[in-house]
Amino acid sequence: MIFDQLEKFGDTTALIEESGKAWSFNQLVAEADNIASLMEKRSLAFLLCRNCVSAVTAYVGALRHGMVPLLLNGEIQDELLEHLLKAYHPKYLWMEVGRKASIGKVLYSDGNYQLWDTGEEKYPINDDLAVLLSTSGSTGSPKLVRQSYKNIMANTLSIAKYLSLTSDDRAITTMPMYYTYGLSIIQTQLFAGGSIVLTEASMFARVFWELLKKYEVTNFGGVPYTYEMLKRMRFGRMDLPSLRFITQAGGKLAADISAEFAKVCDDKGIKFITMYGACEATARMAYLPWEYAQDKAGSIGIAIPEGRLALMDDRGAEITASDIDGELIYYGDNVTLGYTECQDDLSKGDENHGVLHTGDIARRDGDGFYYITGRKKRFLKLFGNRVSLDAVEAYLKSQGYLSCACAGADDKLVVYTTEDINTKELCLRLGEFTHLHSSAFAVVKVEEIPRNSSGKILYESLKGLGM
Amino acid sequence: MTNMEKYKEAFKEALEIDDSALTDELAFDSIPEWDSVGHMRLMASIEDAFDIMFETEDIMDFGTFGKGKEILQKYDVEL
Repeated sequence: MIFDQLEKFGDTTALIEESGKAWSFNQLVAEADNIASLMEKRSLAFLLCRNCVSAVTAYVGALRHGMVPLLLNGEIQDELLEHLLKAYHPKYLWMEVGRKASIGKVLYSDGNYQLWDTGEEKYPINDDLAVLLSTSGSTGSPKLVRQSYKNIMANTLSIAKYLSLTSDDRAITTMPMYYTYGLSIIQTQLFAGGSIVLTEASMFARVFWELLKKYEVTNFGGVPYTYEMLKRMRFGRMDLPSLRFITQAGGKLAADISAEFAKVCDDKGIKFITMYGACEATARMAYLPWEYAQDKAGSIGIAIPEGRLALMDDRGAEITASDIDGELIYYGDNVTLGYTECQDDLSKGDENHGVLHTGDIARRDGDGFYYITGRKKRFLKLFGNRVSLDAVEAYLKSQGYLSCACAGADDKLVVYTTEDINTKELCLRLGEFTHLHSSAFAVVKVEEIPRNSSGKILYESLKGLGM
Repeated sequence: MTNMEKYKEAFKEALEIDDSALTDELAFDSIPEWDSVGHMRLMASIEDAFDIMFETEDIMDFGTFGKGKEILQKYDVEL
């Protein structure tokens, strides 16, 4: 297990809070073991995560001692939490003081967080299962990804290798811990004996940059939207001497912005590393070595160490020629066990056997670098969050918007409708449904939703309409 | 349109909020509409309205509707 040997880093710093309070690895391990000692092995625990020490210690404790955590947004609405509680009946809840569970009793409090015993019975959980994560951000869907101990170990080793992480590295949180990319940064840093500054401050807040400078942070990650923010803030003019590298994942950054950052970073001596991944692959599948950041801007790069990428045509045959589109397939030990929708699924073993059909369409250039060119599945990335277009359509129907079809591009989901509807209200409701800013949505009125003879919506034809 | 009207319009358009929300105390992160995504739109919208380009420091300091008015003075925008 990746956290089994954290003790070896002893008194070096593991976590730094916004207040400046530092936690050594010894302190982190002691508190992690303490929380875990109150829980039964192979039981399910919901961790409501903020970017704080309490959430990290409970996560480390659970992984060291065999409890299976489901990482959730610390600000999840009661109704959505209730929904998940009904689907999974966890034995434990770890959440902020002040938040009340509907059943059970408090076993322990660290001052900020409380451990609740729900009184639920333990039930069979597969021995390989380590962690449950949501793919859909915070819509409260019970569909989760099952990650194994082997998955986490394999991915952590690969990432630590290609980023050359050492105990001198220090990250700062730029995304939530329950998001696979955010979690990956936390666990790879700890594994390497490095440290993490824990904050929820926005990059638009002065405190973020003060923390970064004061604690001499060496790296952070960002989704495409983060880089648009950095561009607006004129990252190129900032003086950040401690930064060694920055990573970008969670969606495709426009090639011109990517090239611009590659150049700016090169001038500053910062390595700019574009990556590609998915919750279904634990976190990472590909990375663009920084030396190629300018020449191959817009590329997701090559497979991570120990992984393999391939392209498959419509008939399921591997494409060996370059510059031809096909579905991107990934092979590696970090391909997760599969999905789960309810507690019975937690006894299941590996259903993917190391092969992930990503649903992304890609091509490979003559030098072996991969480029994402499209998507087979119906989802968009909105500010780094994966949003299913079909789920949004189903939601709209449930809310009485009967004649709607959803399409669009990353960071802009467009609802096409034949009805006269209040655009602002609809965008706000979609914002609430997805927990994203309402500006991610737009409404376009059309004469008719184009369909083929069997009534299937022609999404490709929709995109040109009414704009 | 006066500069004040332009300023208000930029807020209303970028954050998708009503006139009634526009008080000097309206602050970043105090309403769901003015989060990081909203801030990004707001900065773009104000820069466009007055044909200016904010310094990094000012983007960080632009924490309230009231503070923004002070910042604009630095760019010779009289409200």
